[in-house]
Amino acid sequence: MTLKVPDSERRSNDRERSSDSRDGLLMRMELPSNPMLLCAVRGAVERLTESFGFSPQECRAVTRAVDEALTNIIRHAYCGRADRPIELIFSSIRGHPINGRSIQGEAGLKNAVGLEIVLCDRGPAIKPEQMCMRALEEVRAGGLGLHFIQESMDVVEYKRVKGTNRLRLIKYVHVPKPGLTA
Amino acid sequence: MEISVRKVDKTVIFDLSGDMDLGNTPAVRKAFLREVRENRVPRVVINLSRVRYIDSSGVASLVEALKASRDVGSRLILIGLSGSAREVLQLSRLLKIFEIYDNEEEALAA
Repeated sequence: MTLKVPDSERRSNDRERSSDSRDGLLMRMELPSNPMLLCAVRGAVERLTESFGFSPQECRAVTRAVDEALTNIIRHAYCGRADRPIELIFSSIRGHPINGRSIQGEAGLKNAVGLEIVLCDRGPAIKPEQMCMRALEEVRAGGLGLHFIQESMDVVEYKRVKGTNRLRLIKYVHVPKPGLTA
Repeated sequence: MEISVRKVDKTVIFDLSGDMDLGNTPAVRKAFLREVRENRVPRVVINLSRVRYIDSSGVASLVEALKASRDVGSRLILIGLSGSAREVLQLSRLLKIFEIYDNEEEALAA
């Protein structure tokens, strides 16, 4: 597993355009699709989210979303092969969620600080029907990963770019309304 | 993840330690299903007090074990759920389908 430190010169030019502006790259990881590395990634994401200012519950949510996204890549994009490449790019962004769910607080809506995570793999393109969550009323194993990701993040976007699957996740730092306590 | 199995009267207790994620749930799942389907013990208790993290594949293993236990008419009980484990089951809306107790004594007395 390779973990690269932020480099202000290294900005991806081909990232998806959005209403958000990027403050900068925070962390970049390259790893093989080995499930034994999930624990190490979770540890790194936990520390990053803590330092980013998320609440403990939000830290767990972001960590869970990244873990589930990686699990989906390993299981579905790479069919369990442990030697395929995965890249994760963590950036700080500033903006407001247009496509995502609303967040608390007027200040947060206008100029929210968020953590953007882009996960890239070189597996086959994902079909839209594969992105469907199962009905939670069903008591059965499987199909929960995407539900966990959707519940945990403010923005979840998938794109196929030049032979690469790109899953973009954003979590905004929620600003509590004045007078409300956590 | 460490899995240890012990027997108290007619109850089999799994003591799990570590993280339940894609890297180790196949082994956990296999151990659960063997105990329920092949050995057909009347009561299986899964001690999660030392499990720090459960992902969707871990939840799926617990659901499979629960279904297998129902199929053979035995009980599957979870004990020692951490806040994080409870949160994941809540998020899955599966918390209510499991029989859950705080500790081993309560589970064995139930």
